[in-house]
Amino acid sequence: MFEFIVSISLLALGGMLAIVLFPRAGMCQLAGQICAVSGSAFGLVGALHVLVTGDAVSLSGVWQMPGGSFHLEIDVLSAFFLLPIFGLSIVTGLYGRSYFAGHGGVASAASWFHLNMLTASMALVIAAHDGLLFLLASMALVIAAHDGLLFLLAWETMALSSFFLVIFDDRKAAVRHAAWTYLVAAHLGTAFLLVLFVLLGSIAASSDFAAYGAALKDHQALRSSVFLLALMGFGVKAGIVPAHVWLPEAHPVAPSHASALMSGAMIKVGIYGLVRILTLLGTPETWWGWLLIGVGALSGVLGVLFALAQHDLKRLLAYHSVENIGIILLGIGIGVLGLARGMPLLAVIGFASGFLHVLNHSIFKGLLFLGAGAVQRAVHSLELEELGGLLKRMPWTGTFFLIGAAAIVGLPPLNGFVSEFLLLYAGFLAVLQPAAAVAVAGLIVLVILGLIGGLAAACFAKAFGIVFLGSPRSAEASEAREVARPMRASMAVLALLCIAIGLGAPLAVASLAGVVAQMTGATVGTTSAELAIVARPLALAVSVFAVLIAVAALAWALRARRLAVASARRGPVWGCGYLFPSPKMQYTASSFAQPLTTQFHLLIRNRETFVPPQGYFPTASSYASDSGDPALHLLFVPTFRWFDRVVTRLNVIQHGHIHVYILYVAATLIALLIWESF
Amino acid sequence: MFPLIETIHAVGLLTCFALLATSRIGACIRWLSFQGILFGMVPLIVHDDGLTTRILLLAGGNIALKGIAFPWILLKLRARANYNREVQPFVSFVMSILCGILILALSVWLTQEMKPALAKAPFVMLDSSIFLIFVGLFLMISRRNALMQVIGYLVLENGIFVFGVITVVGTPLLVELGVLLDAFVGVFVMGIAIYHITREFGSMDVDRLTELRG
Amino acid sequence: MPAPGSFALPLCALILAPLLLGIVNRTKAVIAGRRGPPLLQPYWDIAKSLRRGAVYGEATTWLFRLGPVVGLAALVAALLVMPFGGLGAPVSFSGDMIVLVGLLALGRFATVLAALDTGSSFEGMGAAREMHFSALAEPALLLALATLARVTGSFALTPVYQSITIGAWADALPTFALVAVTLLIIALVENTRIPVDDPTTHLELTMIHEVMVLDHSGPDFGLIQYATALKLWIFGALLVGLMVPVRSGSAWFDGTAMLVGMVLLAGVIGMIESAMARYRLVYVPQFIVAAATLSAVAFIIRLV
Repeated sequence: MFEFIVSISLLALGGMLAIVLFPRAGMCQLAGQICAVSGSAFGLVGALHVLVTGDAVSLSGVWQMPGGSFHLEIDVLSAFFLLPIFGLSIVTGLYGRSYFAGHGGVASAASWFHLNMLTASMALVIAAHDGLLFLLASMALVIAAHDGLLFLLAWETMALSSFFLVIFDDRKAAVRHAAWTYLVAAHLGTAFLLVLFVLLGSIAASSDFAAYGAALKDHQALRSSVFLLALMGFGVKAGIVPAHVWLPEAHPVAPSHASALMSGAMIKVGIYGLVRILTLLGTPETWWGWLLIGVGALSGVLGVLFALAQHDLKRLLAYHSVENIGIILLGIGIGVLGLARGMPLLAVIGFASGFLHVLNHSIFKGLLFLGAGAVQRAVHSLELEELGGLLKRMPWTGTFFLIGAAAIVGLPPLNGFVSEFLLLYAGFLAVLQPAAAVAVAGLIVLVILGLIGGLAAACFAKAFGIVFLGSPRSAEASEAREVARPMRASMAVLALLCIAIGLGAPLAVASLAGVVAQMTGATVGTTSAELAIVARPLALAVSVFAVLIAVAALAWALRARRLAVASARRGPVWGCGYLFPSPKMQYTASSFAQPLTTQFHLLIRNRETFVPPQGYFPTASSYASDSGDPALHLLFVPTFRWFDRVVTRLNVIQHGHIHVYILYVAATLIALLIWESF
Repeated sequence: MFPLIETIHAVGLLTCFALLATSRIGACIRWLSFQGILFGMVPLIVHDDGLTTRILLLAGGNIALKGIAFPWILLKLRARANYNREVQPFVSFVMSILCGILILALSVWLTQEMKPALAKAPFVMLDSSIFLIFVGLFLMISRRNALMQVIGYLVLENGIFVFGVITVVGTPLLVELGVLLDAFVGVFVMGIAIYHITREFGSMDVDRLTELRG
Repeated sequence: MPAPGSFALPLCALILAPLLLGIVNRTKAVIAGRRGPPLLQPYWDIAKSLRRGAVYGEATTWLFRLGPVVGLAALVAALLVMPFGGLGAPVSFSGDMIVLVGLLALGRFATVLAALDTGSSFEGMGAAREMHFSALAEPALLLALATLARVTGSFALTPVYQSITIGAWADALPTFALVAVTLLIIALVENTRIPVDDPTTHLELTMIHEVMVLDHSGPDFGLIQYATALKLWIFGALLVGLMVPVRSGSAWFDGTAMLVGMVLLAGVIGMIESAMARYRLVYVPQFIVAAATLSAVAFIIRLV
């Protein structure tokens, strides 16, 4: 706990220093960065300590908040979720200073403040262990909070600090719009959480999480409502469909390392909340597992389909986060189904896949966003149709982005494959069960994950191929330069982690025993034994990967030797005899995705404006595709408009006369007092 | 024994009626100052465990702020920014007095309802505090002039202060100082607001703020 | 867990794979009334390509050179988990189906990226179509494998294929038949044979796989040709292992039966290619989804 407190203090200190030092840009960046990195390092050490020893650490204090207690506790589950938060924060701290080089002024200073506060608040959300605070939702720290009150305070701070990060570039109207969308969505989610905590508080003795657990055992009827409220409230933060609409607005406009932190760590806090409530609920119902699988499947497929239609790199990555949250929920859903049906192996592997994907996603999504940030810094544009050929000009960034892309698609031998392997393994296990319902659930998981994998491969072939391969499609792209070393170093760290977890799969899976045990309620020993069942296939799979790498090396050597003897020269590619090939003739992002977007047009609903060439000889023509989010346009916008119409009628009471307002206050006061007397 | 509490109660009620009936702002401010000093003495009288430094601090602070500092600030504001020295009521003075009587009845009734729960508090002070709260609200509702809003707010604060002193036992000093700080900040902010309102509109009619509505 | 097979099996596959291609081409020629190329022609073609020098496009990077290498390595690694009918694979574990699918995806991804590296619209076209069809084919393949797993009660390839005996066929005839059709269709899709793609055409409107490798030359192209043969072998083994339920226990007998089956399959593919025309590209997704539906029906039959 000591390391945790130190880390929170360092982060807060870094934030304050950044604000105080803002006139001197260099000092401010340095202070912010050093405190971010060192604070997160401390926190990471603390979290690893808890994970390794398996003991929970806690801190309870006196707190003069009515109904709340200041109880911080980091058990194995919290420690696991602290790993991506602190780990990513170290890497993005490394990255951030070079990213902001050249941007002086208040905006960067403030963003260091908010970045640090975001990390601190996320960490405190995970450590909080106590209950009811909705009146004072301003400054708090979420994950260590083990008290519902502290939890909500920290949640609010997390939302606010990320809001300020999103609105970094606030001179653009689109950015302001995105930030407001994000704030509204975050508070809608928090509204559900408020209801949830009020409900829990009304049945529990105190607002400590342990008290909630005990109270829920006595009130069986309320369990489903608690689950649904948690799913809706935390789901908004995690970004499940249809509540995902803020993700592709908010993540692209924030500075890239903030997007990395938000996409890699903050949406996981939503998953953490859901998982924490699940631990309090005891043995789940079967339909919860089905619901989670359904929601996961929907988010996964729709997320990747929407991503296919995007041609802004960061928006594409943001939609992919939605898809990966879907995959995580598929894993957790299978785990819940296993628990509900009393199939411990299924439960263990399902949860293991979900948790491992949480960690993996934060690593490779962080890497991808950092890469996108590097591209933005080099070319000043993220529009796919203006990029191209960057692998030659930015070899390091390109290579790391390639590793991230291969990982997120789930290709062997990287870490994405390991978590998808676990999920598919769980799916196959379910398929083999005699119970028809479980078998169908397993089949759905298999088919959906296969579809998601294929679509994700298409999407990232497009993203990587259009950005880094081929020829540059614009002048800026042809003049891009590789970015500074700290940015490259931070990407390198994440890329190495991808490879390490991929090749060290059995170790990675075995280390999940503690976390999964907390979810299933079994002992760590039993869970380790069950995980060992799947660790053996993974070890054999890794040996197959070793052969893969060996054969590849052999083939490379063979071809190199052949080409040393024969000749290798450069020439133009086949252009069907056209004399003047230009970069404009390459496939564009929209054209690459066109077969798939046409196939799934019903779901994606992108709008195309096409002006075909007229006449016999080539003339000017244009094509533009625009993919607004269907969930936004079909669901939320009409609902909000209807709401607006209804509520506008109530505008009558808002006439602007202060005296009448005070009269309202006095009248209410008198009415309450009279009512209270009866 | 000289019934100090009842005297304060009676005089306090009179100051409230005076505020309701006065038509000039300067006079209102002076009545407010008197009221502040009067009710500032309540902690000295109504105490359980002797004259501790805490009680002295509380009473002294209240008298200083509400008896001297705030009225002084208000007078300066009036000198600088107020063009109209009249109170400008929505509700005429006669009606205000009648309303005041109604409010008094209401507060007595409420005090009787509350009395069982608050056994230790002296009845008359409880009655005064509730009356002060409602009169403060009434002043804010029924007077157009921005300075009167501030005065009404301070009367409200007086009421809350008295209520707090007589009912709450064992709060840390921090809370009570917090209440005073609350009032201080409120006046400060309102002063700035009034200055700007006057500069913008050329008058202190708070009702003209509806022009700002989009 | 059955005893792991020997490494002779992948070795045989490595040697015999191009022969399949030769049989397909010969069958097509004979049906068309020609003499056709010799059966060992693919070997000569690969050797010729390996001997040549290479020309690289101006926009290409190291990724273009790496693509064929990774594609080939992925398929060779996949051979490690592929059983050959009753003969076990060298490496067998629960979930090796997943590794198989993953390795195929890796090979595909590498090929597509190498294609995009050229900066030519031809390759882009092929890459887009390839990703489209494989996105639909991957769930279909998983469906087929899941059905097989449910019937045989295991999800490691070697035990699954070892328990496909004549008795098992008698027991689950409709299921196996439907899965066999699915596997055939997926084999046609993944190897880009007619009716999905014409491997002999070089018209940009009609190419998928051919156009992706259009600008590879020399040893790279040799590796690609070899990888094509290996891929056909792998999908052939998946299908023939199901269709030929000879599990006598003797390795030579089972192996020979499987080889006969592979030859017959190559002939069948040749006949299909001669008899059918290529589908319009917009119909191919329907084709693949139909295959998936067949497997889904097969699964549902076995559900109760």
